[in-house]
Amino acid sequence: MRRLPVSLLVGGTLLLVFVACALVPGWFAPYNPDAFNYTALLARPSGAHLFGTDQFGRDILSRTIWAAAVDLQIAIFAVIFPLLIGSVIGLFVGWYEGWLDIVFGRLVDLVVTFPFLVIVIAIVAILGPGLVNMYIAIATVGWVFYARLMRGEVLVQKHADYVAAARGLGYSTPRILFRHILPNAIRPVLVYSVTDMALEILLGSSLGYLGLGAQPPTAEWGVLIADGKNFFTQAPWTSLFPGIAIVLAGLAFSLTGDGLASLFELRR
Amino acid sequence: MSGDILSVAGVSKHFVGRRGVLDALRGRPMPVVHALEDVSLAIRRGETLGIVGESGCGKSTLARCLVGLHQPDAGSIAWDPAALGGRPRFRASQMVFQDPFGSLNPRLTVGSALAEVVGVHRLRPKSEIGARVRELLEQVHLPADAAQRYPHEFSGGQRQRIGIARALAAEPLMLIADEPVSALDVSVQAQIVNLFLELQERLALTLVFITHDLRLVRHLTERVAVMYLGRVVEVAETQALFADPRHPYTQGLLKAVPTIAQATRPAGPAITGELPSPLAPPPGCAFHPRCPIAVARCRTERPALLPDPAAPGLARERSAPDAHRVACHLAPQAAATAPA
Repeated sequence: MRRLPVSLLVGGTLLLVFVACALVPGWFAPYNPDAFNYTALLARPSGAHLFGTDQFGRDILSRTIWAAAVDLQIAIFAVIFPLLIGSVIGLFVGWYEGWLDIVFGRLVDLVVTFPFLVIVIAIVAILGPGLVNMYIAIATVGWVFYARLMRGEVLVQKHADYVAAARGLGYSTPRILFRHILPNAIRPVLVYSVTDMALEILLGSSLGYLGLGAQPPTAEWGVLIADGKNFFTQAPWTSLFPGIAIVLAGLAFSLTGDGLASLFELRR
Repeated sequence: MSGDILSVAGVSKHFVGRRGVLDALRGRPMPVVHALEDVSLAIRRGETLGIVGESGCGKSTLARCLVGLHQPDAGSIAWDPAALGGRPRFRASQMVFQDPFGSLNPRLTVGSALAEVVGVHRLRPKSEIGARVRELLEQVHLPADAAQRYPHEFSGGQRQRIGIARALAAEPLMLIADEPVSALDVSVQAQIVNLFLELQERLALTLVFITHDLRLVRHLTERVAVMYLGRVVEVAETQALFADPRHPYTQGLLKAVPTIAQATRPAGPAITGELPSPLAPPPGCAFHPRCPIAVARCRTERPALLPDPAAPGLARERSAPDAHRVACHLAPQAAATAPA
């Protein structure tokens, strides 16, 4: 058994904690995240409320834990659609090259010219706020990055002798692409997708903060920070702890992504 | 053995390279690699044909044309319809690759790679695929439990056996082996070469063996085609070629083979200089810049591949398939410079 990279161990452990919170928040959260408590408005962190409470007396710890489910959902859905669409397009662009590749190259230039967040905000602004529209906006732009990565891998793989052998054996192009090239080309894409999840959580909470993503009263880290910002001078914990949660979740995904990258690099 | 299974007639293959913007503005033409130039060759049913030449002479391109991985730019590659017996062309010939590591999909177990060939082309009913996979493994002398394992678990020689089994799975008439042992240890080379011979006999295969190793050619093949810069310069029965090479290039190649008994080396001048760039093949006979006996005619006029009138055994027919053919204006004289 090969030694696992430290970054993978740390990131993976952290990630497990978040996944556990997302799957069974009721086990970890001491209070109902939406329950008002008028006897403890904006209470400081204490034994009763470890992270304090907000202006309605809702327990910040409980809300932060419940928000993990929403934010991990964002991480998954904001990545899986661009991943699927981009991989398939990248597979075909890399295989056929020619004019397809020229068109794709210009499209990449176009997307890369704009900051990702700005295009996503523009699209959400057109479609209207909400998580589903946010996923649509991210998929519309995000597939380009996956396709670019996949295209590069396919360009390398398609000249391998095993592909020549598959062609010589008379296999159909879809069979060669999906059964032979795809499994050999997907690894960097998957590793990138884990790192991308960190970015998507940041993006999702940014949009939540701006009121374009998850809508209140849904507990989502960006929304929690936005909720707390009006009371930040008197009760900084309302925004601070959800902010720390975002940082840790981002760190968990980045470390896991880096760890996976170095693990696979060792293997070949 | 009767008749030609495959005839290659006037096949050329060019690869167009890339040209920078500056070169395009200066009106320079696109660089063109002349990988194959007017290659004609008949492959006889059941024979072992060797194709030899230096790296870059077009051997691999020819192999890829023969299995249909490249389409020739000119000329034709025609199978004997009777020999094909209705099987699709791509199954008529299968290739064994040089690199035993790159030629196997690392994500497929040996068993699933073999079963895929049989399954995709419906060569056996579903229920018999497993048995067929075991049979294929047995034919290349791999244990039956190899089926569950991945390519990286095998050594180079074993991987080459897997590659051969995969080629055989398509039930081809002809195997084209492109330097199949040059990446292997010498001790393993012999095993693989013997496996080829055994399979050829057992399955009545036609074998095209591409190599730069003349000792292998001598051991393995019945007939040899010598290639130089994309052209076939000499074709003959192996024995005849080694005993009495007609083309100065062939003579030079044979001279370059290290032998233990120095006395058995054919005399004559060795080849000097480098292979010219296939981007700009010399005019006339492509070999003339390195040829020790070139005359003025060689620099302007390209010699055709013709039966050598001076070669022994040609009293029969000029067009006899086993004629010793050579592409050299000076073939009789060339022979004269080498002692018989």
